[in-house]
Amino acid sequence: MNKIANRAVMCEVLKEAAAKDRDVVVLCSDSRGSASLTSFAETFPEQFVEVGIAEQNLVSIAAGLASCGKKAFAVSPASFISTRSYEQCKVDCAYSDTNVKLVGISGGVSYGALGMTHHSAQDIAAMSAIPGMRVYLPSDRHQTRKLFEALLTDRQTAYIRLGRNPVEDTYEEGNVPFEMNRATVLAEGTDVLLVACGEMVRPVKDAAEILNREGISSGALDMYCVKPLDREGLLEAAKGKKFIVTAEEHAPFGGLGSMVAQVIAANDPKRVINLALPDAPVITGTSAEVFAHYGLTGEGIAKTVRDAWSRL
Amino acid sequence: MNALAVKAYDLRQDVLDIIVSGGGGHIGGDMSSMEIVLTLYSRMNVSPEKPKDPDRDRFVLSKGHCVETLYAVLADRGFLDIGEVKSRFSKFGSEYIGHPHNTLPGIEMNSGSLGHGLSVCVGMALAGRMDRRSYRVYTLMGDGELAEGSVWEAAMAAGHYGLDNLCAVIDRNHLQISGNTEDVMGHHDLHARFASFDWHVIDVADGNDVDQLNAAFDEAEGTKGRPTVLIANTVKGRGSPIMENKAGWHHHLPSAEEYERIKADLCARKEALLHE
Repeated sequence: MNKIANRAVMCEVLKEAAAKDRDVVVLCSDSRGSASLTSFAETFPEQFVEVGIAEQNLVSIAAGLASCGKKAFAVSPASFISTRSYEQCKVDCAYSDTNVKLVGISGGVSYGALGMTHHSAQDIAAMSAIPGMRVYLPSDRHQTRKLFEALLTDRQTAYIRLGRNPVEDTYEEGNVPFEMNRATVLAEGTDVLLVACGEMVRPVKDAAEILNREGISSGALDMYCVKPLDREGLLEAAKGKKFIVTAEEHAPFGGLGSMVAQVIAANDPKRVINLALPDAPVITGTSAEVFAHYGLTGEGIAKTVRDAWSRL
Repeated sequence: MNALAVKAYDLRQDVLDIIVSGGGGHIGGDMSSMEIVLTLYSRMNVSPEKPKDPDRDRFVLSKGHCVETLYAVLADRGFLDIGEVKSRFSKFGSEYIGHPHNTLPGIEMNSGSLGHGLSVCVGMALAGRMDRRSYRVYTLMGDGELAEGSVWEAAMAAGHYGLDNLCAVIDRNHLQISGNTEDVMGHHDLHARFASFDWHVIDVADGNDVDQLNAAFDEAEGTKGRPTVLIANTVKGRGSPIMENKAGWHHHLPSAEEYERIKADLCARKEALLHE
């Protein structure tokens, strides 16, 4: 089991960038520990801004810094930065066109038993609805590195959701296919297509392996770029498939499943089954326990596919 | 006779024309904040020839609904064409909308939703300090706007970081859309509130007086180790008795008859200043 969380990789990449570029600035809202950014703050105190527990201020200050040429990374728990600061994200980052990267840490149900106040199951829908806002959910530590390296080179705002806990690798070190805003093909198949983002990517990859062994030929896509959704990649992968299953750590409305269904319905109509968290406060538990309860595991996703396949 | 004080009345006429041409605007706050914005732009290091100069001073109109005054002043400074603003304001497809938009030259940030400007300016001031640049950062807030909680998050951060390159101005006209600010949500002792957040506070007795404003901005520039706020006591609707100190004129569209009356009053005030 990998022991390195995606947030720790973010810190490594930002430290490497900050050493070469004094315009790289990180802001936290009393969240440097949760963000694994303590070592960034200690190494680059002049490129680190602490705003205290004030997420609205966090985002607007980041926008002010960005308007003066800084590459601002505002890092705060996903539940707070995506909804408490929503208007600041809309007005000061997207509408004003400032180079602020909004990083939602401990995303989804990472905070487990802390309850709905700390879960971010609405962030994909909320942030995707903002014109000019991009939304990324990297799956593993290797893809997280590639994504942050790419984000450091562009000048447009984006929202990035990271989980709290180390997750199993999806990719192998040194062999990480990555193209900005293009989905990554995890598996080729002819019968069904599985699509996922963030922490659901590894379960979907596992499900595809199970199903392929059982004789249901399953393709799988890592749609880390939820917005802009890779339409071409999706339609290419969906070609000839009987149905599609999406999986996401998000409410059932307005997330990856909704967006995939929208593209499929308009271009290549077929059944889309959306696996997600319920439209209710989620059950208490660790991420692994919660995922297992709602069928968001390799076996759970495979079972959904088997059931749908048997009813064809 | 202060030429800037006289010009404030010419630009009020521009504001009136913009609003009537566009079919709406926030005339009350435009008129109360005219001398503040005009005085600031007479001092700030900004130039239409170098709108992206990294050393330029920054201004964010946090009370973005008073954009008509900003348009008039930016046109006066050569950033915009006043004829174009008047003819296109609020028209279909126009870039001259009812709140500041930073695709227009001279406008730094989009605003309109209240309570953002001071936070944004904290970021701009921090950037200036990081880059060891000497520019100054200004924002103008309404007094009604101060009920937004984010204003106080920003005030806290500016005080905490001792941002002496930051100066906020409050257009203290005592009125907001629903009536007297103290009836809607009382501010009590604003001076003490900002002072308790480690700000240097200057009460400007007449915030429509350019000499008093200039003296206050001088004092702000000379203040080290703390941000400065000017509590500028102004008159909402300043320029004509028919709209002065009347909350109903927050965004009232003058009728043809009212237009003529205001125009005459502005002329009379200007004449009086010329003969001072």
